Amino acid sequence: MFAFQEKKEEAKVTQAAQAQEAEVIPVPEEPPVENKVVADKVTVHYSGAQALFDIDLEIPERRVTSLIGPSGCGKSTFLRCINRMNDTIEGCEVGGTIMMDGDNINGNDIDVVELRARVGMVFQKPNPFPKSIYDNVAYGPRIHGLASDSAELDEIVHRSLEKAGLWNEVKDRLLEPGTGLSGGQQQRLCIARAIAVSPEVILMDEPCSALDPIATAKIEELIDEIRENFTIVIVTHSMQQAARVSQYTAFFHLGKLVEKGLTEKIFTEPDDQRTQDYITGRFG
Amino acid sequence: MNSSQATTVNPTTQKIRAGLKKRYAAERRFQFYGMAGISIAVIALLILFVSIGSKGYTAFVQTHVELEVFFDEQIIDPSGERKTDELSRADYAGVVKATLRARFPEVKNRRDKRQLYGLISTGAAFDLREMVMTDPSIIGTTQRVELIASDDVDMLIKGHIHRDTEESARPIKDKQIAWIEQLEEAGAVSTPFNERLFSRGDSREPELAGIWGAIVGSFYTMLVTLTLSFPLGVAAAIYLEEFAHKSKLAALIEVNINNLAAVPSIVFGLLGLAVFLNFFQMPRSAPLVGGVVLALMTFPTIIIAGRAALKSVPPSIREAAAGLGASRTQVVFHHVLPLAMPGILTGTIIGMARAVGETAPLLMIGMVAFIVDIPQGISDPASVLPVQVYLWADAPERAFVERTSATTMVLLGFLIAMNAAAVMLRKKFERRW
Amino acid sequence: MASEHIVKSFDEELSRLDNLVATMGGLAESQLHDSLAALIVRDVALAEKVVAEDRRIDGMEEEINDQAQKLLALRHPVADDLRLVIAGLKVSSDLERIGDYAKNIAKRTQILTDAPKLGTSNSIKRMGGIVESMIRDVLDAYLARDIDKADDVRNRDEEVDALHSSLFRELLTYMMEDPRNISYCTHLLFVAKNIERMGDHVTNIAENVIFMVSGHRPEDARPKDDETPFTLVDSESAVSSV
Repeated sequence: MFAFQEKKEEAKVTQAAQAQEAEVIPVPEEPPVENKVVADKVTVHYSGAQALFDIDLEIPERRVTSLIGPSGCGKSTFLRCINRMNDTIEGCEVGGTIMMDGDNINGNDIDVVELRARVGMVFQKPNPFPKSIYDNVAYGPRIHGLASDSAELDEIVHRSLEKAGLWNEVKDRLLEPGTGLSGGQQQRLCIARAIAVSPEVILMDEPCSALDPIATAKIEELIDEIRENFTIVIVTHSMQQAARVSQYTAFFHLGKLVEKGLTEKIFTEPDDQRTQDYITGRFG
Repeated sequence: MNSSQATTVNPTTQKIRAGLKKRYAAERRFQFYGMAGISIAVIALLILFVSIGSKGYTAFVQTHVELEVFFDEQIIDPSGERKTDELSRADYAGVVKATLRARFPEVKNRRDKRQLYGLISTGAAFDLREMVMTDPSIIGTTQRVELIASDDVDMLIKGHIHRDTEESARPIKDKQIAWIEQLEEAGAVSTPFNERLFSRGDSREPELAGIWGAIVGSFYTMLVTLTLSFPLGVAAAIYLEEFAHKSKLAALIEVNINNLAAVPSIVFGLLGLAVFLNFFQMPRSAPLVGGVVLALMTFPTIIIAGRAALKSVPPSIREAAAGLGASRTQVVFHHVLPLAMPGILTGTIIGMARAVGETAPLLMIGMVAFIVDIPQGISDPASVLPVQVYLWADAPERAFVERTSATTMVLLGFLIAMNAAAVMLRKKFERRW
Repeated sequence: MASEHIVKSFDEELSRLDNLVATMGGLAESQLHDSLAALIVRDVALAEKVVAEDRRIDGMEEEINDQAQKLLALRHPVADDLRLVIAGLKVSSDLERIGDYAKNIAKRTQILTDAPKLGTSNSIKRMGGIVESMIRDVLDAYLARDIDKADDVRNRDEEVDALHSSLFRELLTYMMEDPRNISYCTHLLFVAKNIERMGDHVTNIAENVIFMVSGHRPEDARPKDDETPFTLVDSESAVSSV
């Protein structure tokens, strides 16, 4: 046989053989996912000025979706639509539909109080209540009536602090004020507080921007662990964090959704030139 | 820094250095102005306290004369049956007079006797009655009793009346002075603490007059004021700050509340007179009416302080609570209000301190009457401390001068205590977010 | 061993890269072994199997490239993590070449089935054995992050080069003795060259291991003893080297 003939045959067979490569070292396959939240033509106006233009975005269940983009691009605004926190801002109007489990969150007949128990939020600057650590975590279950007696409440607090990776550090000082913890611990306390009401979705608005790298890494590990049980949407200024932590990414720019997809794809071969320019630092 | 390194100073640093001297001079001048301002204020305050204190401190003691009192059964209980109402109506003044006659047997002349009797206060008789009613077994015995001296004697002993002025120029006569001096030499004259001042109500006789009635009256008035203005003021502040939508109406309300805080207090008095007394026929001179009028005055202060305190609660706490699913009411009452409470309390105490010292509106609603009895409730006629000061300041008796100053000292004491409490509260509950 | 990253999934992805390299290396080693075994006992079926299996090695290089790219894009490693990823990339490329050489040897086996058994079998077997053990040891050094072992492997290439030089002269002699040997000996020359090149690639891998662990390349030049560029055999059956 001549060499060049062999090469051609090789090329044809290689592609087929690669498909069989999965048996050698299996790639961790992501099973097919349902969408938890689906936003359709969402718009937001602040006292007449439009901030979001026709956003169509799907948030997959039990995955981490990150929203990235330059300052003022509307990612935080969109995030706050999911738990109707924009309602607290005077002059803010939200249009379009946001479906979650068959209900339109943006509709008029949604009980906002109930929605916020199903969709929790963690904010940029850790904001524990000036109460004891125990009372911080217990507040949500108390007002929603999730515990029938104090033993059950203790159990909820214990579990939430454990899931947030904070239990061992605070179990001996549950009655001390929450504001006495370090920054990273306070943020984990806020996460525990959000988890305590067993939400289905957790929204995080730049949760690590006020924290040092070690505290940030701990929170990222925490996010990895809790995404088994919760759908997480995280807004972040740091693209590196979005790359590390999320499975899906959506890139916002000037109030529009430019590109959305698997994080791995967005950070290796994005479809849109604007996306590529942003993540490579060609424009801010 | 070594001066040897100054050879190559860049021009920017040179410019800065040139201006430094002036800047430091300006700062020192400012510091001086501040210190001067504070010093002037402090000195003025000191002058105030010293002048009042020096006039008033003597009122805290009252001259007493120790005499041997014979509880003559003939005068007190002629029937010997020890019947209560008979004992109560006996002529104890006569007992006092008999005691004096016994002490100074040389006094025969009727005019001299009147002067002698003038040494002891008319209130002494009531003290003797108290003693007999408490313990009738002393009838027929002789006891050493400290009897209250009359106000003129009191003034003499305290030095407000000088012994070497002309006799015609002073209310106390030479013979009386001689008798006093005899008693002084015998060691019978003493000046113990004037507990009457703090246990009795007003009286025509200065030596019997006390401010307890005014204190109780002030207390009841403040009680009514607090009970009315605090809950309503806090509720109004919460509504205006947290629940009312930002509209023209809300802005109008805010302007009106700020103006209300600046209305002269006597206008509130007129309002009280016209509406509460004439229209609603509420009892005159009662702490109830006074309290309502003062509540109207304090109301805007509490609202303004309350709104400022509520505004100062950082939005991050509200967001955190709202994000967990707390309703608007829950956010306010579970989180915002507890954090705003120190500020609200401070504002309330300051408002109340102002109300304690208010006189004009209370004069209008009649709390200027001469009230002897201690008020038992909020609808009994009463007086308040500042009004008491006003009344006594007008009285002719010299002894009332010192008592006016003493009352002022007590009033100032309350005000200082209330303001100190406000400062302490604020410091204690100041939270770091 | 270094401690773990706070974010465990990072460790998981790095160890996946390690596993891929280890598996690929094992494959390359067995390819070499099989190709030489096939050559020496003239087993054509085994040689054909070796040729077919090379696709798997190529596929694994693709996978390692993908995993490395994913690590760089999503984890942006620094310091030792970065060197690990870069080393993985380069090592996989060397292993792929080793696989290619093994395939090349296997192809020639099919031609050499009718060749007379020449005395060179033993030398070739010995050379192949050394390179095989070098591959094993360098993979161990890679996984254990062992600089000393890698250095040792680096030095063993000298022997491979020496064996190659003597094989070269021997084969030249056979060719000059009998012109009917020329075809077979030429193929055997290529086989020997392939094995020698494999040794060089293993040395590359060893140097990358040293780079991965210590952060810099070895300072001394690798020992070389390849005299073949300078070897001439003239027509008087005397063998001389310049």
